[in-house]
Amino acid sequence: MTDTAVTDGAVAITRTVDARGSYCPGPLMELIRSIRESQVGDVIAVYSSDKGSKTDIPKWIEKAGHRLVALEARDGYDEIIVEKMR
Amino acid sequence: MQRILILGGGVGGTLTANLLVKKLRKRIDQGDVEIVVVDATGQHVYQPGFMYIAMGGERAAGLSRPERSLLDKRVTLVVGEVAKVDESTETVLLTDGRALTYTHLVLATGSRIVPESIEHFTDEAHHFYTAEAAADLRLALDTFREGRIVIGIAGMPYKCPPAPLEVAFLIESELHDRGIRDAAEMHFCSPIGRAFTIESVSEMATPILVGKGIELHTFFNVEAIDPDRRVVQSLEGEELPYDLLILVPPHKGQQFLIDSGLAPAPGGWLPTDRHTLQVGGRSNVWALGDATDLPLSKAGSTAHFEAPVVAERVAADVEGRAPAGKHVDYEGKVMCFFEIGDGKGTLLQFDYDHPPRPPKPNQLWHLGKIVFNKTYWHTVPKGRV
Repeated sequence: MTDTAVTDGAVAITRTVDARGSYCPGPLMELIRSIRESQVGDVIAVYSSDKGSKTDIPKWIEKAGHRLVALEARDGYDEIIVEKMR
Repeated sequence: MQRILILGGGVGGTLTANLLVKKLRKRIDQGDVEIVVVDATGQHVYQPGFMYIAMGGERAAGLSRPERSLLDKRVTLVVGEVAKVDESTETVLLTDGRALTYTHLVLATGSRIVPESIEHFTDEAHHFYTAEAAADLRLALDTFREGRIVIGIAGMPYKCPPAPLEVAFLIESELHDRGIRDAAEMHFCSPIGRAFTIESVSEMATPILVGKGIELHTFFNVEAIDPDRRVVQSLEGEELPYDLLILVPPHKGQQFLIDSGLAPAPGGWLPTDRHTLQVGGRSNVWALGDATDLPLSKAGSTAHFEAPVVAERVAADVEGRAPAGKHVDYEGKVMCFFEIGDGKGTLLQFDYDHPPRPPKPNQLWHLGKIVFNKTYWHTVPKGRV
């Protein structure tokens, strides 16, 4: 995985978690809370300025059985898009 | 008359009140300033001691003292439960109908545990976040002879981040001493991708887990407890059977902070400036301790090092001057001892810019923690350290 993974094209974001300014494990915990509140098939975008998120969150997504749709480096933060699979 | 209202008589509230007396003694004696602490019970509880009820022969009676005995005589203590903060009138309303106005508000309202937010937690899981729960855990450990012990964290953030690891290490050490270590399987569940949130501490703790034969399960966010099958299930789809289940309960900020529009739901943590400790950009409201949303340990130590900054900033505002001296800004300082069992401990000391570099565990740091616990009443709340 790199900082600029290719996106899946046009993906409809169901909800956005803006965790910029939050530090590890804040963004992951925000994503987990959002996943708990979401339906299967929902697509969640996480904004994180914590450098650890771009490695921690994809690892969690894999362990939890969801799908990493995209990981994009933005201006001063990363955007991580995940689809809830189960 | 300016009234500084401090909500909460824990470490942060008590220390802030006493430090403010030192800074504003003359104005208080002249009747120009009043300092009021509002506390729900009027009892100051040394919460880090709860773990030692379960692990080290501590008793609940030794962990509680009247808040009045820790406050300077110039501080007014009001015992009552807060219902709401009305910012439009700068008034705090108590559940018994009393109303207290303020010119300066300090929120040292701590955190609360919500074990009931996970079904079957109360019946199936042990914890050590109240004196009663810790005593129950002690009884469970006394009767434990063999089986699977699962220790985990059922929600973040939570008070005293090292505590679950400490408990795992101390239980392992105890089982060893009792000659039943081989009859026990031990599992430690972490919600994140490593044993501890801070990487350097994780690097220190993980080999100790390995050395003690405690299996680490990462990304284990407790989702459900099945009492019939006696398994704890994670959001990530993992299941762990248990004979003895020990979980840090989920924590939240105080409900009245959400109801008053000071903190967002569902967590209830106050949006706090990391340096000035002001709440949500308000010029006359500060927060410290567990109540904040700062990316720091929810621990008495954090409140201990935040209190001088809050006291300086409040005093400066009262006196109409700019904050000055070495406590103008909070730099994230936290310092706490970390038990690793076998009579050894280490020290975690860090701030926003410097992660901890824990020294090699030894007996000295373990003894340091014991001495600190015993001398707490005479030192921290009174601003002597």
